[in-house]
Amino acid sequence: MTLPQPLLDVRGVTLQYKTRDHLVTATYRVDFAVQQSDRFVLLGPSGCGKSTLLKAVGGYMSPVEGEITLKGQRIARPGPDRMMVFQEFDQLLPWKTVVQNVAFALRTSGKLRGKAAEEKAMHYIEKVHLTRFANAYPHTLSGGMKQRVAIARGMAMEPDILLMDEPFAALDALTRQRMQDELLALWDETHFTVLFVTHSIAEAVKVGNRILLLSPHPGQVKAELNSVPRGSDPAGAAALEARIHDMLFVDRVEEEEHV
Amino acid sequence: MSEMAIRPEIIQAARGPQDFGVVEKRLTPFERMYNQVWLRKTFLVVVLAIIWEVYARNLDNELLVPTFSATVSAWWGAVSSGVLPERAWASLQVLAIGFTTGVVLAGILTVLAITTRIGTDFLETMTAMFNPLPAIALLPLALIWFGLGIGSLVFVLVHSVLWAVALNTHAGFRGVSQTLRMVGRNYGLSGLRLVLTILIPAAFPSILAGLKIGWAFAWRTLIAAELVFGVASGKGGLGWYIFESKNQLDIPEVFAGLLTIIMIGLIVENVVFRTIENRTIRRWGMQN
Repeated sequence: MTLPQPLLDVRGVTLQYKTRDHLVTATYRVDFAVQQSDRFVLLGPSGCGKSTLLKAVGGYMSPVEGEITLKGQRIARPGPDRMMVFQEFDQLLPWKTVVQNVAFALRTSGKLRGKAAEEKAMHYIEKVHLTRFANAYPHTLSGGMKQRVAIARGMAMEPDILLMDEPFAALDALTRQRMQDELLALWDETHFTVLFVTHSIAEAVKVGNRILLLSPHPGQVKAELNSVPRGSDPAGAAALEARIHDMLFVDRVEEEEHV
Repeated sequence: MSEMAIRPEIIQAARGPQDFGVVEKRLTPFERMYNQVWLRKTFLVVVLAIIWEVYARNLDNELLVPTFSATVSAWWGAVSSGVLPERAWASLQVLAIGFTTGVVLAGILTVLAITTRIGTDFLETMTAMFNPLPAIALLPLALIWFGLGIGSLVFVLVHSVLWAVALNTHAGFRGVSQTLRMVGRNYGLSGLRLVLTILIPAAFPSILAGLKIGWAFAWRTLIAAELVFGVASGKGGLGWYIFESKNQLDIPEVFAGLLTIIMIGLIVENVVFRTIENRTIRRWGMQN
């Protein structure tokens, strides 16, 4: 079977950034391809460059080697065709209400004008169950609600790909679980493409259909796995989690043996 | 390892309302009045006025300290004769020109500072040099350059406003979180549009603080400058009014002039800036 042209193609991407004293290589020659309607997860321990990789896809930094293309077009700068959902709660504009935050994104990027932007914003706010809070300012919302607004904003823009950088990492365990379920329910409706960064194996197995494992210092591809089908036997998910866990931590055991 | 003693578990039934003394009770009228900030502050002002009145009456020397009532009647006389409003208006006009010019220049400087590195260096060097320099110290120079008139006043006002506002605005811009900048760029914003739609609102608490400091500096500088010279085209401001009244030994009028300065300051602080704060940063949860 031959695969169609991928939506997002990352080829031999090496990313470097400068700190005050060092030049750090975040990822080394990473390859992967995201297909339409993938829930593609970048998984790895801290220091594997997964967030840096996502920033590169977002257009916030360019690779020193290799190429990132979206629909065959090389990514050069940030743009509304790749909407980011960040981990931080302060990603909403505090001077705008919930509906204004979403509508502002639609208007500034030139997607929609006037009333149409508001209507589309309300439509997606309803999807994340925040209709009652449409006219509230962000500081009056809880962390989980803020992340839902950010997701509504990302989805309302109907980007080619939604980039999510550990969006649920700062939430409490119960809220996180609910948000994962809601994200999957939203995906069932529209089958959007999402590139999802996480350091939680369980989250990767639950949210993703395809999982890219990265090893740290610098980030390199360790494996690209299929997740278990949704709604299948929980034992299968547990087995996959254990397998990923072994793959990610085999280095550490070896390191310790060498010491 | 020693065994821990097993403690009994404790389960308590909730107590009913009949057990509590008070669940909710309205406060007494006095307590409620005492919770009103403006009422407490008004009370303080009244007490101070009474102390002033009593002291001045005991001193009984109108040339040193006129009584509160004499000051108020002098103030009322000057207001109803139209002298004081005219002088205050003259001061405020010059102030508005100087303040606006200073703020606009500060805006240009800070935008340059956040977009280019050399702009940052320029702003930092200039503020380091000129911020500690009292505006009044430039007045002799300004008089040589611009002559007796509004030009000199505006020059020293701009100097007193510019650096304070620029410093605060720049600090505010630098304090805008990386996430918000990335969100703005994600929408496809860059350059001046990013500054206008993301950076300025995000830095608004600092910008507003800068405007408040700038306003206070400008107001003080203006009055001081008018005291030194103020009679431009035969129509002076409040500072000149005070100076003139002192020369004619109309001390209650001097006090009335001071009172007017205080009142204008209070109105701008408590009405203008407070309203802006309530409508913006407080409403947005950026300041409590």
